[in-house]
Amino acid sequence: MSSIKCECGHLNPEGTDICQNCGRPLSTEEKSKKLADMRYDGAAIRSKTHKRTVVDKIWNFFSSVRVGVGIIIAILVASAIGTILPQVFYIPGGGANEAQTARYYEDNYGIFGQIYNALGLSDLYGSWWFMTLVGMLGISLVVVSLDRGIPLYKSLKNQRIDRHPSFLKRQRLYGEGQVDDPDAVMKKAAEKLKEQRYNIREKNGALLAEKGRWARWGPYVNHLGLIIFLFGVMLRALPGFYVDESMWLREGETLAVKGAPGLYLENKGFTFDVYTQENTDEVFSEAIERVGSVASNYQTDVALYETPEGALPGSTNAELVKEYSIVVNKPLKHEGFHIFQMDFKLDELSAMTFALENKETGESLGEMTVNLANPEKEYDLGNGAKVELLDYYPDFDGFENGEPQTATPIPNNPAFLFKMTTPETPEGETSFVAIRQTLEPLGENTHKLAFQAAETRDVSGLTIRKDKTIPVIVLGGVIFMIGVVQGSYFNHRRFWIRKSENGQILVAGHTSKNWVALQRELDAVTEYAGLPAYTDQRDKEEQSDIPEGDSKS
Amino acid sequence: MNLVDLSGNLLFTAFIAYLAGTILFGGAVKGSKNEASASNKRWGKLGITVTIIGFLAHLGYFITRWMASGHAPVSNMFEFTTAFGMLLVGAAILFYFLYKSPLVGLFALPIAIVILGYAAMFPRDIQPLIPALQSHWLTIHVITAALGEAILAISAVVGLIYLLKNIDLTKNSKERKWLEFIMYTLVVVLGFIVITVGFRAAGYEAAFDYVDKNDMQAEVVYHMPPLFGMNEYSAKTEGAMEPLAEMPPIINAKTLTTFTWSVIAGTILYFLIRLITRRRIAELVKPLAVKANSQLMDEIGYRSVLIGFPVFTLGALIFAMIWAHEAWSRFWGWDPKEVWALITWLFYAAYLHLRLSRGWEGRKSAWLAVVGFAIIMFNLVAVNLVIAGLHSYA
Repeated sequence: MSSIKCECGHLNPEGTDICQNCGRPLSTEEKSKKLADMRYDGAAIRSKTHKRTVVDKIWNFFSSVRVGVGIIIAILVASAIGTILPQVFYIPGGGANEAQTARYYEDNYGIFGQIYNALGLSDLYGSWWFMTLVGMLGISLVVVSLDRGIPLYKSLKNQRIDRHPSFLKRQRLYGEGQVDDPDAVMKKAAEKLKEQRYNIREKNGALLAEKGRWARWGPYVNHLGLIIFLFGVMLRALPGFYVDESMWLREGETLAVKGAPGLYLENKGFTFDVYTQENTDEVFSEAIERVGSVASNYQTDVALYETPEGALPGSTNAELVKEYSIVVNKPLKHEGFHIFQMDFKLDELSAMTFALENKETGESLGEMTVNLANPEKEYDLGNGAKVELLDYYPDFDGFENGEPQTATPIPNNPAFLFKMTTPETPEGETSFVAIRQTLEPLGENTHKLAFQAAETRDVSGLTIRKDKTIPVIVLGGVIFMIGVVQGSYFNHRRFWIRKSENGQILVAGHTSKNWVALQRELDAVTEYAGLPAYTDQRDKEEQSDIPEGDSKS
Repeated sequence: MNLVDLSGNLLFTAFIAYLAGTILFGGAVKGSKNEASASNKRWGKLGITVTIIGFLAHLGYFITRWMASGHAPVSNMFEFTTAFGMLLVGAAILFYFLYKSPLVGLFALPIAIVILGYAAMFPRDIQPLIPALQSHWLTIHVITAALGEAILAISAVVGLIYLLKNIDLTKNSKERKWLEFIMYTLVVVLGFIVITVGFRAAGYEAAFDYVDKNDMQAEVVYHMPPLFGMNEYSAKTEGAMEPLAEMPPIINAKTLTTFTWSVIAGTILYFLIRLITRRRIAELVKPLAVKANSQLMDEIGYRSVLIGFPVFTLGALIFAMIWAHEAWSRFWGWDPKEVWALITWLFYAAYLHLRLSRGWEGRKSAWLAVVGFAIIMFNLVAVNLVIAGLHSYA
């Protein structure tokens, strides 16, 4: 790699804008500028020095801020497009069935919905190209941080105190002038700067005052945080790091917790409450009157059981871990698993009671209750009467080729095929019983099963999550916040003051941001020490049009 | 007087104080033609004093309403927007003291007034919290996010001043058109307020039955003559206007009607102003902005993004993720409101990178700041009212 030799004799790597030793401009581009480009203190960044190999080219692509901003804008636009219509995971069915999904978008959003879905925009955030964009952003973050962060670090670490006058002259805040006693002025300036908590270094009649250098690392720290965050998100793809299941749990039921081997959950009761005029404070009465009923609580009281370590698979001697009331915003937490109250169904049928009656006399031969979740094969009513359950259709939705059909296994509309046997009819009678419907497929019966009562229970919709990536994500978030605060709320400020050969004092100032505050400090130092007046070399506007007046007058 | 009434009166006081503050800051800017005169200082001091009084009254509204309801008053559209207006004024006061520029106050206060007016168009009754909102994260997340947005909004305020000063309005240009469009948008918001208050005063009401997108029967009450009818509507109020067109079930025809009426009223208002003054609105406002120091406006704009960005990140993304993890079982779910918070964040990240590395300062920066505010407003208004999602509480 070639290098550039500065007038001062220092060898700088190729691509250096400002001599890392004395501060003279090196590149022709830099020389043509009125003010020094202080972005990386003029240090050579890797992407400017290596341009030959394929690796260099890829590196240079990702290190470009222009490309980085391009990626940001691309993600931004794509994200916005994804909000035009609901994404598949928010539509009924959750997009599990492709044909059903396509129909949903077509039915609800017409041609536009059809195109939207066909282009894959209905699952935009899960698409390969969106993930590629996010991945590219991650690569860009790594590359750009290394490319610029390391040279900047070296440059600031090794910075020389007595920079060349040409460096000072090319700073935004610059002043020069004759003073009576340069040494006394320098001494007083150092005093005042120390009071302003500057770190002062002096050499050969030159002074460098610096503070807040660590603010310069802010961008690199926050980029590191983002990289860790994105890494955490990526970890989810690995098996075992992420569990996301949902289950319906009926009141009184105990089921194995999906995705959590060894854990069992019992639903001890579901509660759904609303705000009413009676049970709430008076201040809410107007709103309740306007809106009608407002939900106040969804709650599932549960008991959590766990089979002891080393128990045989399928063993039932689970031990009670705890009882808990799951409400929205307060999930049940156990061993990294979170169980959330997400959904509910009120009053699902759980049992139906029938009476076996003689159609003519209305005489009852006894009653039976069918548990709809777990019906028995045969019900003995005593005195020689019994009912056999030949077939059961929990969610009856009509006949197909003469056969009764069930839409789902959930007892929304239960129907039964019974065989009734009594002393009068020892060979049995067949009856098809559904809600408000009785068919006698094999000829007229003398008995019927008359509906007596139904029991209902509520169903809780629970979501089970385990996310082992959370600590990584939290770490990334915390580092990002530290970095962004470090870079935004703190400034790196520097003053260079030196004597020139002809007895003049040169003063220059630079800050990463907040120039108004830097000027205020320099004003104070100038006044105290009698430094020559400085000007803001970038302030192109005439001072006279400052309306605020009192800020600068 | 009970707490609720007190709260309402304090809000009204704040509103009046902001109006007075605008006038006083206007006096300060007007009087400063020749350098920093005594009158400039006096008007400016009066302006900031009245603004602070207004802000304290506003804060009083916030606290008393909190006491009355038992939860932070940020749980619906009226409450959130009102709180946002309060924080915007707070941010303006902060920047007044950082840079002593009455121009920030002069332009931030009218925007806060419009925001308060907009908020007042939504139901103002105190609502009990639905289960999803029953969490202390409601307080933490929403207030921090709104504070971040308010600080970021200052960059748009000074950006607007910068543009008004630096865009040549005597020549036809794209920039001049867009600047005038911003002014027109503000007038449309005023139009919304005028038309809503107007029909409310007239007591207009028209009820309809309709079939919603889940094929369920539902009822809707319009408070403006229904230009657009809901899906398969049938009128319940006799003598009500027949809607001009029926909308498919996915479009909320009531919202569309309100929007259309606002645009109609805003457009009429806009052309009335232009007819009477014979000038563009930007030209009317420009004399107030020409006295700005462009460098200072640019510096304030950048500084407000620097201060606001971390606050916004913390409130609108990090706290939001923590709450989402507690309430919805995942820290990120691509809900439209979440996505638009991310978009806002990406946008300001792009702003910072363009500024730091590509030298986008001054005019370009000012335009970006204005666009950023438009995104924030889009997230507040359109995402809540048009794109339905988990955040539609209004």
